[in-house]
Amino acid sequence: MRAPDASTVAVGDVLLSVEDVSLSFGGVKAISDVSFDIRKGEIRAIIGPNGAGKTSMLNVINGFYHPQMGRITFRGKTRSKMRPFEAAYGGIARTFQNVALFRGMSVLDNIMAGRTLKMRRGFFWQLLRFGPALREEVEHRRHVEEIIDFLKIQDIRRVHVGRLPYGLQKRVELGRALAMEPDLLLLDEPMAGMNVEEKEDMSRFILDVNEHFGTTIALIEHDMGVVMDLSDRVVVLDHGNKIADGTPDEVKASQAVIDAYLGVAH
Amino acid sequence: MDLLYQIFIDPFVQMGNAPDLLVQTLWEGLVGGVLYSLIALGFVLIFKASGVFNFAQGIMMVFAALTLVGLYAVLRRWGISSGELAAYLALALTLVVMFILAWAVERLMLRPLVNQPDIILFMATFGLTYFLIGFGELVFGGEPKVMITDELHLPRGSIDVNMFGGFVSFQKLDIAAAVIASVMVAALALFFQKTRIGRALRAVADSHKAALSVGISLEYIWVVVWFAAGIVALATGIMWGARSDVSFALEIIALKALPVLILGGFTSVPGAIVGGVIIGIGEKLGEFYWGPLLGSGIESWLAYVIALIFLLFRPQGLFGERIIERI
Repeated sequence: MRAPDASTVAVGDVLLSVEDVSLSFGGVKAISDVSFDIRKGEIRAIIGPNGAGKTSMLNVINGFYHPQMGRITFRGKTRSKMRPFEAAYGGIARTFQNVALFRGMSVLDNIMAGRTLKMRRGFFWQLLRFGPALREEVEHRRHVEEIIDFLKIQDIRRVHVGRLPYGLQKRVELGRALAMEPDLLLLDEPMAGMNVEEKEDMSRFILDVNEHFGTTIALIEHDMGVVMDLSDRVVVLDHGNKIADGTPDEVKASQAVIDAYLGVAH
Repeated sequence: MDLLYQIFIDPFVQMGNAPDLLVQTLWEGLVGGVLYSLIALGFVLIFKASGVFNFAQGIMMVFAALTLVGLYAVLRRWGISSGELAAYLALALTLVVMFILAWAVERLMLRPLVNQPDIILFMATFGLTYFLIGFGELVFGGEPKVMITDELHLPRGSIDVNMFGGFVSFQKLDIAAAVIASVMVAALALFFQKTRIGRALRAVADSHKAALSVGISLEYIWVVVWFAAGIVALATGIMWGARSDVSFALEIIALKALPVLILGGFTSVPGAIVGGVIIGIGEKLGEFYWGPLLGSGIESWLAYVIALIFLLFRPQGLFGERIIERI
């Protein structure tokens, strides 16, 4: 694993930034006044204790939640809120904390579904499934096969995802996100509930995606070992507030972070 | 003993004695069954994509058929002398109307109710049913109408085939209905399985948030399925309308799709087909051979009994997905 230091980090341009974002549900404040940025090509971790607002943050970036205040700038375009379609169209893909796959479909179809936005042929060509529409389908299938090879799930491509063990489901979900050829990949606890071996595999895949495809990754993770190994920069949330932001080493040394995780004597 | 004989032996003896009658019964059952399949397919489409049991499917069928006949009459009154031209023009316009209906349903009904429990959407389709009944009666009047069978070039008459020492008569209209229904079913099945939009439909059915995350637009998909269900409704409306007449009473037939769905599973296209055929044939055979035992008229409820018996053995339906969940 690589050891990021301050000089290699922070080279890329800013791909996405959130500024002063606040989100509340009724009286409950999920995120208050949080700003941070994600730079091109980095692996950015978002960590924090339970209920810190990490998943809410991803949902804001991805357009599932609309913040009451703040701005989101993605690829130079500033918005007060994202829409899921805009996010997907602009190149943001994601996975979910509790695997959200299309349970009635095979692994192949799940990953093919990730190609939806890349396919151009309209409704009537699709109805006919002939000529250009068929060529297009074949072409995208080739790309999906590459992803299947990459994730080493060749032998299960025809299996219905509902029958797969949890670890593999997570991998298929990653495959579906990769099929979108995203610029920014959001991973919500990619290793939750995995054993050590599965975690190592998943870490490997995440690093490979980052290196080979140059995909920028933002991930939420609870396993501190994994976070410190994988990420270039870490942002720490607690009760909806940002309490630290920096390299893994800086964050580890921060008193606020230690307090948040271990509690403070009152 | 006598009763057992009448139930278990006698009907089969009759079948053996008059195979031509058996073939005739099977054929009628098959045609009825294929048409049930088509109605069931309308339900399956919408259920798959939005998890909503669309109570309005039956009335959509009536509405589509009424629109077709009504538009035809209007076009004729406006001076299109060729009945044929008017009929096909009316058909095209009816498709437009069904598209507008799909769009309006998405805009005015589904979108405001997004993320509501299924039961609320189900109730909303009840509302849609009564709206369509009222609106249909307002525009087209309540009296039964005759389907424009000849103008659409649907064949009339029958082909009599000599077999097993008797005649079996195949209505040409029935043959056409069976062919059209089969083609539609096959096309829809292929569309669902093999295309991007089909995949997107199934994706939406499985998980809204995951579908959104890969950039599938729920609004678009809903319009597509409701439109597809509208096309299916139009085809069924034409076929059933040609067999009897076009009236609001046809809506009752749509209820026959319920046992078909129970049998085939609410989410399965092949299930709708096989279920429809089983119900159609079972119903006719039961009526013809076992009906007299019970004083006839069993056709109206036999379908439900067949479905009930199947449920005892396969609660998820013939092709329904068995949901296995880790607990």
